[in-house]
Amino acid sequence: MTFLARMWDSDIAWSFRHSPVAIVAAVVALIIVLGAVFAPWIAPYDPFNSASLNLMDGFTPPGEPNQFTGNTYLMGTDNQGRDIFSTILYGARISLFVGFSAVVFALVLGIGLGLLAGWRGGWVDSLIMRIADVQLSFPSILIALLIFGVARGFIPPSMREEVAIWVLIVSIGLSDWVQYARVVRGAAMVEKSKEYVQAARVIGVHPARIVLRHILPNVMGPVLVIATIGLALAIIAEATLSFLGVGVPPTQPSLGTLIRIGQQYLFSGEWWILLFPSIALLLLALSVNLLGDWLRDALNPRLR
Amino acid sequence: MLAYIIRRILQSVLVMLVVALVSFALFRFVGDPINSMVGQETSIADRALLREQLGLNDPFLTQFATFIGRAAQGDFGISYRLQQPVMELILSRLPATLELALVSGFLAFVFGVGFGVYTALRRNGWVSNTIMTVSLIGVSLPTFLIGVLLIWVFAVELQWLPSFGRGETVDMGGWTTGFLTPTGRASLILPAITLGLYQMTLIMRLVRAEMLEVLRTDYIKFARARGLSNRAVNFGHALKNTMVPVITITGLQLGSIIAFAIITETVFQWPGVGALFINSVRFVDVPVMAAYLMMIALVFVIINLIVDLLYYAVDPRLRVDRAATRH
Repeated sequence: MTFLARMWDSDIAWSFRHSPVAIVAAVVALIIVLGAVFAPWIAPYDPFNSASLNLMDGFTPPGEPNQFTGNTYLMGTDNQGRDIFSTILYGARISLFVGFSAVVFALVLGIGLGLLAGWRGGWVDSLIMRIADVQLSFPSILIALLIFGVARGFIPPSMREEVAIWVLIVSIGLSDWVQYARVVRGAAMVEKSKEYVQAARVIGVHPARIVLRHILPNVMGPVLVIATIGLALAIIAEATLSFLGVGVPPTQPSLGTLIRIGQQYLFSGEWWILLFPSIALLLLALSVNLLGDWLRDALNPRLR
Repeated sequence: MLAYIIRRILQSVLVMLVVALVSFALFRFVGDPINSMVGQETSIADRALLREQLGLNDPFLTQFATFIGRAAQGDFGISYRLQQPVMELILSRLPATLELALVSGFLAFVFGVGFGVYTALRRNGWVSNTIMTVSLIGVSLPTFLIGVLLIWVFAVELQWLPSFGRGETVDMGGWTTGFLTPTGRASLILPAITLGLYQMTLIMRLVRAEMLEVLRTDYIKFARARGLSNRAVNFGHALKNTMVPVITITGLQLGSIIAFAIITETVFQWPGVGALFINSVRFVDVPVMAAYLMMIALVFVIINLIVDLLYYAVDPRLRVDRAATRH
């Protein structure tokens, strides 16, 4: 049987084919991700090339010709005459980049510390889990905000704009590692006492190799579920911080930044500047969330 | 028992010390404190004198101890940006945040319990299904987006409610309140809904799950068999027994409400402590950041300490569990 055929016949694929919600969510998420990845080729305009912008095009309503230039834009334009559809594609690109990177950072940190705590036990375990407990008692968005604020304080003002996006990724990642560490630690402690690990120890396999090649693959299932829901949370956290004006720099607007800009024009009647980025963010967060829910049910039928 | 309490309090003190260390490091190592305080024309000799007077040449631990001593008395210096004592700034904005948090906590609790009970009793009615679906979308929507959408509908399109600020406030000996004026009360509605919505869905789901659990137990069947009215069974027996976890969770959520107030206050330009903090992050106003960091940590540490100690006092099973998990 070929690899693809085996994939098609697997339990996960069966459960996916029989869940309309998961299929719709996956399609929506895929469209947004593809749109974001291929933004430079799909977007009809380059919103960051100031040479191509025409201020006369500003505030064009969606689907209607501009009263001065006669240009028509699918989702209208913002105050500077940028095509909203194009800014959403580029914005989703930044939102997804920050979200993915933050989750990967949190995964590496959480899995690493979790394996260490579960395998070593003793005071290492106590120390890591105490820190985790303390951090878990604060909401993660607050932690991310505080880390971001503190880190910004330590970075010289001239570099703040350039590194803002990386500081943001690290802040969101640091605010989210605890749940991975807890799950991995618990699973690692269970796996540690099983026969296959003892057997590997007896034949003299290096502990690092046992942890990474034998235990890690066996604890990845639940971790993947949390990571999917974590991605939705990271995207929302990034959007929130950017909306508050402390996230990505204004030169690289994410979906949250676009919504913040849109809010400023709500009272003057230019609703489309706010509406379309909001819908994009909602669809992205909702579809990833639903995929995470489905994955949790599919991997663990007992939780249904 | 005593050993547990002492260990728990020591842990809280340790957390506060770590937070204090971060705050202090911010103060001491972000930029030059002297440069942030004096103007361009101050001479080098004057700067050196000031440095000596402020104790910036003292050993690290002495400086840290001084910092903690001052912080304990509420002295966090002067805001770089607003040129006012930080504590004064925070105290003047605290009533706004506390009133907002109080009202949204109240709304979240009342509607959360109400909807939770309703959806548990009429599990398959279309009203229940609607409530559950809307709550799912509500959880996926970021708080700030809810606020912005509420402004759009109720302030811009319908023009029923104000979209920013606190309206008119009445000063009652240092505590400004918005409860006493019509504009103050109207201004409170949208921010309170925004802030309370997430907590409401959380409480609702919890009450629903607990109610469904309790309704299946034997003593409920027995109460029905005794011929008690539905009302007495549902509210007198079932709801009463779901309330213990609900109240603890609500208590723990108090901290989250204060944290999410940062977002709501920014959306509605609410003149509270959260908005002050966001601006301090934006402009790297270190004294305000440090003070907020300490304040919010203290609030959380105290809430968690109280909840843990209450649990310990209320639930004897926990004592056994803890003894078992210790090696």
